[in-house]
Amino acid sequence: MENNSLVTIAKFSREKILYLIDMAREFEKSPNRKLLEGRVVATLFFEPSTRTRLSFETAANRLGARVIGFADPKVTSNTKGETLKDTIMMVSNYADVIVMRHFLEGAAQYASEVSPIPILNAGDGANQHPSQTMLDLFTIYQTQGKLDGLNIYLVGDLKYGRTVHSLLTAMRHFSPTFHFIAPDELAMPKYYKMYCREHGIKYVEHKDFDADTISDADILYMTRVQRERFTDLMEYERVKDLYLLKRDMLSKARPNMKILHPLPRVNEIEYSIDETPYAYYFQQARNGLYARQALICDALGITLDDVRNDKTIIA
Amino acid sequence: MKRQEMQVAALENGTVIDHIPSEKLFQVVNLLNLDSVGTPVTIGFNLKSKKMGTKGIIKVADKFFTDEELNQLSVIAPNVTLSIIRDYEVVEKKEVNMPQELTAIVRCPNPKCITNNEPMSTRFHVLDKTRGLLQCHYCNREVTLEQVKLV
Repeated sequence: MENNSLVTIAKFSREKILYLIDMAREFEKSPNRKLLEGRVVATLFFEPSTRTRLSFETAANRLGARVIGFADPKVTSNTKGETLKDTIMMVSNYADVIVMRHFLEGAAQYASEVSPIPILNAGDGANQHPSQTMLDLFTIYQTQGKLDGLNIYLVGDLKYGRTVHSLLTAMRHFSPTFHFIAPDELAMPKYYKMYCREHGIKYVEHKDFDADTISDADILYMTRVQRERFTDLMEYERVKDLYLLKRDMLSKARPNMKILHPLPRVNEIEYSIDETPYAYYFQQARNGLYARQALICDALGITLDDVRNDKTIIA
Repeated sequence: MKRQEMQVAALENGTVIDHIPSEKLFQVVNLLNLDSVGTPVTIGFNLKSKKMGTKGIIKVADKFFTDEELNQLSVIAPNVTLSIIRDYEVVEKKEVNMPQELTAIVRCPNPKCITNNEPMSTRFHVLDKTRGLLQCHYCNREVTLEQVKLV
């Protein structure tokens, strides 16, 4: 029963990605509608994630759906020892689609196999977070007018960063050139470099992070270098400030260059950069709303044509 | 074959699994659920073998396994010899082939994988048969056969 579930972005074709971007663009134009009136969206968060949950719930609410669910697993039967399957079966009696965040890897895949209604994966442990990737793709398209042939720089934690891995996987359809900038301890894993070679994705590894290195960037995708990721704290102290983006590093940037970040940011992007035209991370977060509106509609069988011919738009 | 050299009695009808590495013998017994077989089962352990030093052999009377059941052996003993016996004669020899997928055979070594936290079957995709490279269908972790334990 894999129905219309979304477990991983890797399964999406080029056409499917562009189709969902087109749908998200419609929602960007008119986010408030009654397209999902009468539908019930369940948000099951077995692990708290306030920003992802708010984004999904806003997406559902702005389309007129009603939302049920829980934000904190402490209040559910999960703590009484109920299995995931039982929770899913119970909720599927009430809702039309389930948005699920879980701390265990593979939970979304399993839920999609047992559930009679579609599952949207809102993150399963360190594994997949496809709605984040979808909003990243939409943002890249929005800022560059295309997805093909771009120079994408990934900076920071490239080892554990699930968002950069999913982005890399999804971009394989669009002939990008990736640039990896990371400390040795957090370098892009061999597996993904092999993946690049197998799929003909060009990539360059850099040691330095300075104005010259990033002068060719169309997209500068920043991630946070977290202390807890390091086995050697001396090493952390040595590299922690090397991967911070400072305003003067933008002196040679391309005019179309945009800085993205999955947020939350701590100090890896200097705050004064927020005022520059390169800063795009807050718009990126807002795009999460449109991308998730598209994903919820797609899961419910609503097509791009339905969205384009929608008569329920609220002015 | 000279009868006096035989270490285990001949079988009239059934399946012989020969050349099992001694240390894998009881895993094979478990994998094929031989404890719930109703017909006579002869198990030879630490038998002398010219090829292997010592070996294990299992003879299951009146039982013919499906290819699917036998292919499960590829996980622990890929080089066994399988003979189908009818009326004391070997009528067919089979090889163990690693299937494309392993369902409910091995456990995922990732403690945060859903399969280790939910009453459910494990499932692996076989990425590379010769290197024994598997990928968990659920958490996507890639593992080798040496890293996994039987369910």
